[in-house]
Amino acid sequence: MKKLGKQSISFDTPPTILDCASIVGPKESDGPLAKYFDQTLEDEFWGEKSWEKAESKIIKETVNTVISKSGISSTEIDCCFAGDLLNQCISSSFGLRDINIPFFGLFGACSTFVESLSLGSICIESFANNVLCATSSHFCSAEKQFRFPLELGNQRPPSSQWTVTGAGAAILTKSGQGPFVTCITPGKIVDMGIKDANNMGAAMAPAFADTVITHFLDTGRNPSYYDAIISGDLGYIGKDIAIDILRSQGYQVEKNYNDCGVLIFDKASQDTHSGGSGCGCVASVFSGYLFKQLKERKIKKLLLVATGALTNSTTAQQGESIPSIAHAISIEV
Amino acid sequence: MDIDWGSVFSLMPLLKCFFVGGIICVIGQILIDKTKLTPARILVIFVTTGAILGGLGIYSYIVDFAGSGATVPLTGFGYNLAKGAIEGVKQSGIVGAFTGGVKACAGGIAAAVFFGYIASLISKPKIKKQ
Repeated sequence: MKKLGKQSISFDTPPTILDCASIVGPKESDGPLAKYFDQTLEDEFWGEKSWEKAESKIIKETVNTVISKSGISSTEIDCCFAGDLLNQCISSSFGLRDINIPFFGLFGACSTFVESLSLGSICIESFANNVLCATSSHFCSAEKQFRFPLELGNQRPPSSQWTVTGAGAAILTKSGQGPFVTCITPGKIVDMGIKDANNMGAAMAPAFADTVITHFLDTGRNPSYYDAIISGDLGYIGKDIAIDILRSQGYQVEKNYNDCGVLIFDKASQDTHSGGSGCGCVASVFSGYLFKQLKERKIKKLLLVATGALTNSTTAQQGESIPSIAHAISIEV
Repeated sequence: MDIDWGSVFSLMPLLKCFFVGGIICVIGQILIDKTKLTPARILVIFVTTGAILGGLGIYSYIVDFAGSGATVPLTGFGYNLAKGAIEGVKQSGIVGAFTGGVKACAGGIAAAVFFGYIASLISKPKIKKQ
């Protein structure tokens, strides 16, 4: 493990992503990626009394699925990094309270999945043989916490994104056949003064551009090195802004760049306005769709960049701007 | 062609009602789409606008013209508060300014609490399908 340039880290024996699992909610099940997920739910409660309980169940079952798919027992997993959007990360800690694996709770908003893969990879390079990484989000619990309760029946403005109901989990392992995590670029906090909690894409796009450009400078790579550069949840508005910023800095990414929030829903028929968001979005799109593309070698070099809006409902009500972050991870087969 | 003018005129109040109610809703939709105002702020703006227009005596013309089209939307609630406060002052002096508004809206407020409670007992909030 060594540091590259300003803030990137490359691995001597790159960790393998052994297996991934994903479970998504009803709206995601109607989307274009539905066939790639391990399980699709018919209703947002999944037999539970509250959305919070449903979200905990989703992350718990996703973790159980990935452990059984991977073929290793949970006692062989050295530690777990997990997080979600709810206060004090309750979905993860409640959902995973029975798994008996050393637990690190993370909050990086929608960037949490790549944050967990980054920290997991560092653990693999130092002491661990197997590390579990998981994140979740739920549309209803997130709307309730960050915006307004669903009971109010609010109209959503056109710039708003739809929090994905779902979870993704991955197991990293020391010795494997790939796909390999070859390099990570942890992001800096970037705040360009956007205050609109209904326009997260615009707030996070500068953080995405900052991390991507830093990654290229640190590694000496350029956009054409990758088959796909995928951001985690800028949505339609944020994606356009990100392309513009990168172009103004001399990086042409239009050809191989897309966004998980754009991929997961069908814009014409699903009325999600600016696309998907939430920790569960990048987690389920990677675990369901992108991981399979890597396994089938349809994508050989992937730069996954998850972006997070590090805000909460109190700061939004107090008129604070939205500090944003993006973590990048380079995955190659 | 025979036109039954009687039935045409009997539809006019309905048309006026829907036209004015619709215009008020369109204003709300434009505020949601074109500004960064949250729905809660739009709600407060509508109620206070109704109260101010009511207090100045302007809103009563709209109510005369459109009936429920003007009283049912949020602005109508503000208008009712203002009207009640004015009547309260006439009846019981300055204290009426504080009591009259809520008194005039008491039926609406109690009904909202009551039916809200009933609805919460018999239904569960869900994601809108589309």
